[in-house]
Amino acid sequence: MFVTQFVGDRYLDNGPSLAASVLSGNRLALGRLLTQIENDLPAGRQALMELYNRTGEAHLIGVTGAPGTGKSSLVNQLARLYRQPTDGSQPKKVGIIAVDPSSPFTGGALLGDRVRMRDLAGDPEVFIRSMASRGSLGGLAAATAGLVDALDAAGYEVILIETVGAGQGEVDIVRLAHTTLVVEAPGSGDEIQAIKAGILEIADVLVINKADMPGVENTERALRSMLELAYPAPRVYLHHGQTERIAPMTEKGDPAAPSWHPPILRTVATQCSGISELVEKIELHHRYLRQSGEWELRVRARLESQLDNLLQAALVARWRNNIPNQQYTSVLAMLVERKISPWQAVESLLDGELQ
Amino acid sequence: MSERKIRVLIAKPGLDGHDRGAKVVARALRDAGMEVIYTGLRQTPEMITEAALQEDVDAIGLSILSGAHMALVPRVMELLYANGQGHVAVFIGGIIPDEDIRPLKELGVMGVYGPGTLTDNIIRDVRDAVRRGQILG
Repeated sequence: MFVTQFVGDRYLDNGPSLAASVLSGNRLALGRLLTQIENDLPAGRQALMELYNRTGEAHLIGVTGAPGTGKSSLVNQLARLYRQPTDGSQPKKVGIIAVDPSSPFTGGALLGDRVRMRDLAGDPEVFIRSMASRGSLGGLAAATAGLVDALDAAGYEVILIETVGAGQGEVDIVRLAHTTLVVEAPGSGDEIQAIKAGILEIADVLVINKADMPGVENTERALRSMLELAYPAPRVYLHHGQTERIAPMTEKGDPAAPSWHPPILRTVATQCSGISELVEKIELHHRYLRQSGEWELRVRARLESQLDNLLQAALVARWRNNIPNQQYTSVLAMLVERKISPWQAVESLLDGELQ
Repeated sequence: MSERKIRVLIAKPGLDGHDRGAKVVARALRDAGMEVIYTGLRQTPEMITEAALQEDVDAIGLSILSGAHMALVPRVMELLYANGQGHVAVFIGGIIPDEDIRPLKELGVMGVYGPGTLTDNIIRDVRDAVRRGQILG
C-alpha cells in the first residue's frame, strides 16, 4: 500500500524555505508558491521577497484578443516552437499563465485554457498555471504580476500571459508584458472598430488567427488602414528626376531613431501555420526593445504602475482598519438617502480618520 | 483579502468521449464558488497528476465511463503519492460497478458518484475533504 505523505505547508515549513525549494527546481513547491501569492498569504510575500532579485530576466509576452479568436491554441503553438525551435536556436523554458474570468455572482470560475494546451503535457520545462480573474476588470488578475515574478525567478525564460477574452478596454496586459500580441479573427468589425481607442493601440504584433476562414482579406485591410493612420509609411517623391525618401517624423521628431511598426501576421494555430513567422517577429521585437532602450522604459513603467496599485490597496486596507465600521455604515446610509453626494461621503470619511 | 478558494481539477482519463457528466459537475462546482480547471478528454494519469501539481489543486474529479477505472485510478493515486500530493482529494464519477467502489475507496478515493447523484452532495463532500486535507496538510 502507499505511504501517506502529506505535503502541505507544514512539510515545507520544516524543510527548506519555499523560495529555496523553488530555486532548486522543485515544481511542487513552485505550484504551492503560486497559490500562496495568488491568495496574498504571508508565506507568498516572504518568498517573493527572497526571490525578487532573481527576477527581470524573462521575456514577458502578452496574448490578448476577443473570446474565441484562438488565444489558447496560439499560446500552445508558440510554447511548442520555443521548446522545439526550427531555426537552430536553444530551446527555452516556457511558463504560461492563462487567465479566465471569475463569476461576478458566485466567485467561482471555469478555467478551460489547458484544454487547448495538451501538446505541452509531459514536458518538464513547461509550467502552465490557470488563474481566475477574481474580480479584476483589466483582463488580468490582481496577482498575475506576482505569479509572473515567481516563474521568472524559477528560471522560465519566456512567459506567455494569456488574458481573459478581451473586448475594447481590457488593456492591463500592456503594463505587464514586454511584447503584446493582439489576436483577431476574420469577420470581427470594420474600419471604425479598428480606429477606436483601446485594444488595437496596445499591439506590438497583430495576429489574424483562423486565417483560413472567409473574410480574412477584409480584416487585414481594416487593420492595415488603422496602422497607416497610426504609423504613416515613408513617402517616396520624385524630385528633379531623383527619388527622395521622406521618412515620417517619429514621436521624438528624430527620423533616424529606431522605431517599431506593428506587423500583421496571418496564422492558423490549429494547423501550426504561420507560427514560426510569428515567433520570428516576437524575437525581432525583443531585439528592438533591447537595442532602442524601450525595454528599460517599459519595465520602469510596469514597476511604477505595480507600485501604485499596491500602494493604493495598502492605503485603503490601512485606512479601513482605522475607521470604525459604524462610521462607514452611517456615511453610506446618508449617501443612500441622498443627503450627501458621493464626494462628500468620501471627504467626510477621510476627514473622520484625521480626527 | 486573503480568501482561500477551493481549486478542483476535472479530467477525463481514458478513451471514452462522453464528457457531459464531467461538464455538469464542473459547472456545479463553479456555481458553488470553486475554481475549476477543466482539462478535457483523453488524459493520461501522468497528464492529470502533472496538471494537478502545476495548478496546486485541492481536489481531482475523474469521470470514467469506459470501464477502465480499475486500471486508471490506481495509477493516478500512485503518481499523486509519488509526487508528494497525497493531500489531494480524489473523487470518481461515471459508470462504476458497485463491487468496485470498495477497492477504489481503499486506494484512498474520497467518493464515487454514479448517475443520479445530486451535485449538492459532491459539493458538500469536496468541501469537507478539502477542510480535512488542510488540517492534516
